[in-house]
Amino acid sequence: MKRLLHEFTKGITIENPTFGLILGLCPTLAVSTSLGNAIGMGAAATFVLVCSNTIVSSVRRIIPDRIRLPAFIVIIATFVTMCELIMKAYAPALDVSLGIFVPLIVVNCIIMARAEAFACKHGVGASIFDGLGMGVGFTLGLCVIASVREILGAGSIAGKQLIPGFQPATVLILAPGALATLGLLIALSNLMKSKKSTCRACRKGGCG
Amino acid sequence: MPDKLIVSTSPHILGCDLTPKVMWSVIGALIPAAIASVIIFGMPSVKIMAVAVFTCVACEALIQKLTGRAVTIHDGSAALTGLLLAFNLSSNVPFWIPLVGGIFAIALVKHAFGGLGANVFNPALAARAFLLASWPTHMTAFTRPFAADAVTSATPLMMFKEGKVGTLVEMGISYWDLFLGRRGGCLGEVCIIALVCGAAYLLWKRYIWWQTPFSFILTTGSLCWIFGARGYFQGDFLFSILSGGLILGAFFMATDYVTTPLAHTGQVFFGVGCGVLTFLIRKFGGYPEGVSYSILIMNAFVPLIDRYVKPKIYGTAKAVKG
Repeated sequence: MKRLLHEFTKGITIENPTFGLILGLCPTLAVSTSLGNAIGMGAAATFVLVCSNTIVSSVRRIIPDRIRLPAFIVIIATFVTMCELIMKAYAPALDVSLGIFVPLIVVNCIIMARAEAFACKHGVGASIFDGLGMGVGFTLGLCVIASVREILGAGSIAGKQLIPGFQPATVLILAPGALATLGLLIALSNLMKSKKSTCRACRKGGCG
Repeated sequence: MPDKLIVSTSPHILGCDLTPKVMWSVIGALIPAAIASVIIFGMPSVKIMAVAVFTCVACEALIQKLTGRAVTIHDGSAALTGLLLAFNLSSNVPFWIPLVGGIFAIALVKHAFGGLGANVFNPALAARAFLLASWPTHMTAFTRPFAADAVTSATPLMMFKEGKVGTLVEMGISYWDLFLGRRGGCLGEVCIIALVCGAAYLLWKRYIWWQTPFSFILTTGSLCWIFGARGYFQGDFLFSILSGGLILGAFFMATDYVTTPLAHTGQVFFGVGCGVLTFLIRKFGGYPEGVSYSILIMNAFVPLIDRYVKPKIYGTAKAVKG
């Protein structure tokens, strides 16, 4: 159980797809304009991740090694299509605002990377928790970026106006704002990590 | 925490003129233009310059304190960034525009890249681009000079871009007005004569070299003359160099030591590149003026230019080809 919990938490902390692994940046930069988009994108990616990890890990002994990548893509594409159709049916507004980035989950590197690096080497239980952790980590990363961008760039959070009269910096909603926000947040997370590791070294008496 | 390995950016051989002396001289050279902007636009100009300079200096001191580096606000580079930023703003921006711009320039463009000497882009211009993209309405509302009640007016280049007027006579201004600064525009760009005086001082003291500004101005002017709005070779050479921020940009911002090429040949490439881009933006782009963007774009090419055009190493013979 402890191992499963570890598989879950590592996706949120050290191996966070957005701030640790720096994977899946296209959707991160493109749809983090508002908190609503970020949650929708994160939920869709988590759904695909958990499902594809489950299937890949359960059929990992049947798939011949040489054709494993095309097989992964077929599995992932199946779930992305399902996800897209569900979204079109039940959340059409979200589907419109996410646009092309929903079908593009097929080529999202987080999902491919987890299938290749984790699910095809581990059991079903561990793979489900890994997918869940990575998905939640990705969603959290997206939400942090989207909150910063939406609050400063549009003066609102999840579509609600925060301070009347506040003139937002429109550039944060645009592409340069996405890159700058992501860069600064990665720097911040690296700073926190380096602080943490120095402290651990200090406790062990390792640093002079 | 002092660094054990000192990694410094080039140039590694230093002359006698230290950073503070050069920076304060450039600020001194900008004083005439600052006085002119106060005469032309009045008290708002003082307020904007004060806020921008104070923000930049305070921000630099704060960041250097927080990161445990030596506080170097006395070298004048932050004050210069603030002054140049204020020069790039319209006179009726609210006070928080230079405030936000100053923080952006120093914290993000300068110190996030490693501080003075390591920044890729000119901090003042990058801040201007940030402000223009964020609050276009504030950044493009210009006040008519010598007007007590802040009447907004378009800059000559804006009128030119709209295409309603093509000549100075139709705009109701003369070359002399452009030269003295009787036109709408940013604080520091309008009074050409004050800028030229400052630039001449810097050229005489050899703090800046003629290569970049002259190639920049000549390229822009010639291209605007050749591809004039009313036929080939019918553009207005003088109008194109006097009407926008070209003089300010070419002499004071395209000659920044950190973000421009080291070799004189490279500086010519830099100037010509800036000139071509300025012309292209003015002629085909969405904005009436392109000086700031052209310098920023060419800033990104500086490492490439420096790689291919290396300064001749002092004391060595000219490299033999083959």
